[in-house]
Amino acid sequence: MEIDKRHRLHIYSDEELDKNEGEIIELLKAASQQPVPDQDEWLDEQLRRNILVTSVEILLNAARCASLWPVVCFPACCAFEFITTAASRFDISRFGMEIIRASPRQADLMITAGTLTWKNAPNVRRVYDQMAEPKWVIAMGACAISGGIFSGSYSVVPGYNRIIPVDVYVPGCPPRPEALLYGIEQLRRKISSLQFLA
Amino acid sequence: MPIKTEPFAINFGPFHPSTHGVFRMRTTLDGEVIIDLEPVFGYLHRGIEKLAEGRTYTQNIPFTDRLDYLASMSNNLAYVLAVEKLAGVPVPERAEYLRVIMAELQRIASHLIAVGSLLNDCGAFMTPILYMIREREKILDLFEMVSGQRLTYNYMRIGGVSQDIPDEFLPALEKFVERMPSYIDEYDRLLAENEILLARLKGVGILSKGQAINISASGPVLRGSGVEWDIRKVDPYSVYDRFEFDIPTGTLGDSYDRYRVRIEEMRQSLRIIEQAMKQLPSGAVKTDVPWLMLPPRGEAYAHIESPKGELGFYIVSDNSAKPYRFHIRAPSLINLTALRDMSVGWKIADLIAIFGSIDICMGEVDR
Amino acid sequence: MTIALSGRKIAGKLQEQFPGSIVQSDESSLLVKSEHLLAIATFLKTTPGFDFDYLTSVTAVDYRDYFELVYHLISIEHNHSLVLKVRCHDRENPTVPSVVGVWRGADFQEREIYDLMGIKFEGHPNLKRIVLWEGFQGHPLRKEYKGIYK
Repeated sequence: MEIDKRHRLHIYSDEELDKNEGEIIELLKAASQQPVPDQDEWLDEQLRRNILVTSVEILLNAARCASLWPVVCFPACCAFEFITTAASRFDISRFGMEIIRASPRQADLMITAGTLTWKNAPNVRRVYDQMAEPKWVIAMGACAISGGIFSGSYSVVPGYNRIIPVDVYVPGCPPRPEALLYGIEQLRRKISSLQFLA
Repeated sequence: MPIKTEPFAINFGPFHPSTHGVFRMRTTLDGEVIIDLEPVFGYLHRGIEKLAEGRTYTQNIPFTDRLDYLASMSNNLAYVLAVEKLAGVPVPERAEYLRVIMAELQRIASHLIAVGSLLNDCGAFMTPILYMIREREKILDLFEMVSGQRLTYNYMRIGGVSQDIPDEFLPALEKFVERMPSYIDEYDRLLAENEILLARLKGVGILSKGQAINISASGPVLRGSGVEWDIRKVDPYSVYDRFEFDIPTGTLGDSYDRYRVRIEEMRQSLRIIEQAMKQLPSGAVKTDVPWLMLPPRGEAYAHIESPKGELGFYIVSDNSAKPYRFHIRAPSLINLTALRDMSVGWKIADLIAIFGSIDICMGEVDR
Repeated sequence: MTIALSGRKIAGKLQEQFPGSIVQSDESSLLVKSEHLLAIATFLKTTPGFDFDYLTSVTAVDYRDYFELVYHLISIEHNHSLVLKVRCHDRENPTVPSVVGVWRGADFQEREIYDLMGIKFEGHPNLKRIVLWEGFQGHPLRKEYKGIYK
């Protein structure tokens, strides 16, 4: 079948294009007669001089405490001190924890910012249960520690430690962002000394 | 053949990042459209009304801090006004002015968070709220100067304020008042004509004037629906009758109007602060009241225009040191009555924007 | 300035309309019988000159012998206010007519009173506990409630 060449709009003719393609193949073939040297070849040599011997524990602990992801647990007033800690001025992302997860399955730290009531207790317990191991809890503020000024009320749980295990207590009503950051530092110290393969 | 469908129930909250605390909505959906909604409260019910019956009048001021924790100064003010009304305590002029300055600064701080978290919920994740918190921190610094606290100030006292302002306060406030308008203009440039914001908010969640009055809405929710009702104007408390300011109102009553009202109110608050700074008299800041107050038998209801709406305290005294009954008229709770009317017929994604535009604080809803 | 209407003056007008409905009236408040509450509420809302279209707050006080419900009414049009009160002497099964049909703003507030004070509102469309959970024993805001522990 004859191709009507008047409708072809290419600048180059078919013959020219084929020729060019063949040239490229020949050039590459000529240049690729030897294998490309391994870029990481030097590494084997260097590694022999720079081996770091450590335990799995320390390695895992270093990874764990360098990037804690908190879960959303914002019942009351302390939530706003936590949000300001995460926001512009105090900038929690310096500690690798600016990602506040809405899903407990992706989080490993629960900062309990606010009063816990008996009506809310099953939900907190459930969120805690859904978090993947290993997980930690910071009780933030007086209400989270003991019920604070609401302890003695008919509906307030006197402290989160009735419901879930707490690792670090940060006092204050509400604690200042600096106090919360100090509490996070304490938690990191705790994590880095963790022994779980003994 | 028509496809058979059935309504679908979604439980929204209580642990959801856009519920501003622990709030739950039982929604029934037809596809994505909301056909029914029932708010469920009580996840932060701390029994403040009962606890307050067991403490003296002065000891109850810290409880009011923790009601609407984004507007502690306003809560303090409403409570002390009620007790002063009950016991007939006079307040020095300087204290009245300081109270107005604090209450208006608090209004700006609260509206900043309201606007920031509304945009956060609409999908502009983190960026607007970082801007808003930048300015809010400046206000918190001012509050820290006078009260030593960042969130729960406990600054107002029965018969005045706890202490006079330090020398550094007024220059810092002047600087803030000078700069803040440019920041508000900055938000306006960023947001007012933003296409996404308009698409998400304009015409969404309409609350008509009649409905707003019937459900006893107050604050920006009522004014967004076009009712010119601001307690600072219609029933002036403290020294609000000495200042000139306007009441911004909306026309349509949609989420965008409520958002605009908040932005304009920040400008009006700055106007009030400016006038109050100029008129600020010298003198005492606190009337001496007995350490153990025994107000006469009776009852008093005092209300203020808090950032969320009409905040009222109804206090009954039986001539003892403790209130016999301590009731809080919480604007957030009553504004939520409108939520079902506003959101039925809209998509579930609009529910977040509508809910954010009401601006509630769970500490106040559940108490 | 919101003008607080005198309960005594309004009592005179209500007496003609609803004979025997007023229990007591003074300068600040107006105490009516609970069986007339709904009719009086509708009257106050719809009568020109009163136009109490805005229900500010509803609350209840436990005076040990009786419960007292306090309704703070405001008219947005005329900018005047009135305090309406109703008493309920039955402690075992206190019942008051609901005003949700007149002012929808009473919805959550009445539910809260039912929850914390145990007063039933007849005609409320969705009367159930609001802030406490189902199965909670007692009503905390009653004076005899001693559920606070230390």
